[in-house]
Amino acid sequence: MALAAAIHGLKGHVGSQLGHSVARMFASAAAPIKVEVMPYKVHRIDAPSNIVETNVAELTDFYKLMYKMRRMEIAADMMYKAKFIRGFCHLYDGQEAVLTGIEAAITKQDSIITSYRDHCQHVSRGGSVLSLMAELMGKKEGATRGLGGSMHIYNRAGNFYGGNGIVGAQIPLGAGIALAHKYRGEKNVCITMYGDGAANQGQKYEALNMAGLWNLPVIFVCENNHYGMGTAEWRAAKSPNFYTRGDYIPGIKVDGMDVLAVKNAVAFAKAYSLENGPIVMEMDTYRYHGHSMSDPGSTYRTRDEINAMRTERDPIERVKKLLLSNGVDAGDLKKIEKEVKKEVDEAVEAAKTGTAPPAHWLWKNMYMDPAGAAMRGVLPGQYVVPEFDPTYAK
Amino acid sequence: MLASRNARVAAGHRAAAVPGLRTVPAVRSGRRALAAAKAQKKEIMMWEALREAIDEEMERDPTVCVMGEDVGHYGGSYKCTLGLYKKYGDMRVLDTPICENGFTGMGVGAAMTGLRPIVEGMNMGFLLLAFNQISNNCGMLHYTSGGQFKTPLVIRGPGGVGRQLGAEHSQRLESYFQSIPGVQLVACSTVRNAKALLKAAIRSDNPIIFFEHVLLYNVKGEAGDKDEVACLERAEVVREGADVSIFTYSRMRYVVMQAVNELVKKGYNPEVIDLISLKPFDMETISKSIKKTRKAIIVEECMKTGGIGASLSAVINESLFNELDHEVIRLSSQDVPTAYAYELEAATIVQSSQVVEAVERIVGGRVPAAV
Repeated sequence: MALAAAIHGLKGHVGSQLGHSVARMFASAAAPIKVEVMPYKVHRIDAPSNIVETNVAELTDFYKLMYKMRRMEIAADMMYKAKFIRGFCHLYDGQEAVLTGIEAAITKQDSIITSYRDHCQHVSRGGSVLSLMAELMGKKEGATRGLGGSMHIYNRAGNFYGGNGIVGAQIPLGAGIALAHKYRGEKNVCITMYGDGAANQGQKYEALNMAGLWNLPVIFVCENNHYGMGTAEWRAAKSPNFYTRGDYIPGIKVDGMDVLAVKNAVAFAKAYSLENGPIVMEMDTYRYHGHSMSDPGSTYRTRDEINAMRTERDPIERVKKLLLSNGVDAGDLKKIEKEVKKEVDEAVEAAKTGTAPPAHWLWKNMYMDPAGAAMRGVLPGQYVVPEFDPTYAK
Repeated sequence: MLASRNARVAAGHRAAAVPGLRTVPAVRSGRRALAAAKAQKKEIMMWEALREAIDEEMERDPTVCVMGEDVGHYGGSYKCTLGLYKKYGDMRVLDTPICENGFTGMGVGAAMTGLRPIVEGMNMGFLLLAFNQISNNCGMLHYTSGGQFKTPLVIRGPGGVGRQLGAEHSQRLESYFQSIPGVQLVACSTVRNAKALLKAAIRSDNPIIFFEHVLLYNVKGEAGDKDEVACLERAEVVREGADVSIFTYSRMRYVVMQAVNELVKKGYNPEVIDLISLKPFDMETISKSIKKTRKAIIVEECMKTGGIGASLSAVINESLFNELDHEVIRLSSQDVPTAYAYELEAATIVQSSQVVEAVERIVGGRVPAAV
């Protein structure tokens, strides 16, 4: 994919140079690059090596995916301000490296579950940007038919289990998904994502205990963006070392702004988990936006802090620098950016023209095969028999 | 509101025939009239009124404290505790981590010793995580301890359907709490009653679950002064009438009044009662109204199945059957999770046009379809 783009980009070069350049590009796209990442902090386990091997092709894929996530979230911001998206909208920009690194280390047969900050998981698990945007705008072409909204995006085909509104409620669900993997003898893990705020929920410890008791293949990923809505981590947690809070369960702390560090650590964690059971990962990351679009994000942290993150630790810039220093032409990256912008903009425009879900969908999927039971409407004498989808295939 | 009205009547003032109309102060109580005129009440928003109530009660009684998520330094997600931590300190305005079961339980424990915590649920739906603490400990302790311990706490927060907040944040769950023995349920609806009721709830020795509504925080109105404390068990007569009694609460009050505007133009004269006390029901006001109009409509945001209206309907049918000329009509929201899409969300809850239709049906004398 990156190779084709690179060759395409070379067509503008002077002819006699062309063959030589192609050969060089062909060789370098797959050539291994060794990158040193921040050493991992560990708890009750030996740290994986912090020298990560990658190549231009892989980095280009990372760049494309993270850039797509960034553009999507920025588009969601603009659409929210333009009132196409209503209600609560929690954006993921700044945290792209966490999800991108995770996806690079697992397969589509592994499962992911997360909180309400879930727009990017839908796309990384195979959903289209259009279906995401349509869902945010409440259209029937959306990922959950316009019924779920921002906080309730699911993708069964991609083994993405949502999309959960209540803080921490997804953690026991994730342990349950892992239980099912083990029950069926599948060599798959469940990546259970939650935030530093959710790390103080009691149900997390209940899930940790059971996962530990039964050696469930669950990877608890704490996306520590340092603020639980308006409360800083040190004001809500006696111990903000979230990777140690599994106690008897081993933990790894990762630089969550570095996609290579994340990928390496998650691959290590998956191998560990399939053999031994649960493991906790703490991703040191940051969200540029406030908790949601209703939160300015500046009353409890300084603009200097946010800007410092953007200039020093932005995950996309880091990959960009790596690509440029490994021989990739800045023009090629610009091309990718243009393509992604186009895809996102087109998806937004297409979503706007979507249709509202029809009125009878109010009752759709209340029950599986209700066998003729009727439900009452608002006014007396109104009865409806709810319909349901016999298959979930879209 | 009625408490202060009754107080004014007792003091010899003429009370307004319809609540809301200004009264002409009696000449012989000149000093009081002057004071009343001087205390020019400005309009404030409901969140400010709630904040005033909390502030005044915390100042009056050092055992009153607040605990909840982002209530302190952040100022409260709906600003109901804005700036209070600066005045009262971090211990009295306690920022908790996100652990509803834990901090609600802590609130109950503190209340058992005599403190008066106000536990804030950022959304009443989140308090489902604390249901055991609310039911078993908060509700039952006074009884099961043989009267030794009381739990004078207030559990407050916004519930109800907002603007496209999604299913998990748009729950109307007054009904989930109503069967808990030992708790009182109160729903405020106007700026005035919000402040007066919250003050009463804080002073009450019983555990009060205080329902606010996510869409009412910016409603404007006049609030009472620091001595205006409402009666927690009294319903509010919003509009006196003769054709039909419409019982409602919280945001549905505004939906009903919107329907009433239209109904009045069509020549109807409905009586509107804001229940205020969802548990126990103010049977005195309710039965007085039904005996007058002989027809009852309940308009609520709760679900059809097992809602507050379901309980009220049963009570009315059982105890006022012979006073009714028509079966109770109950308008409730549908038994579905609140969808995100605007149109479906609107179809889930009661709209004012449906209230109009219900009144026309019950008063117009048409034979209704079998329920």
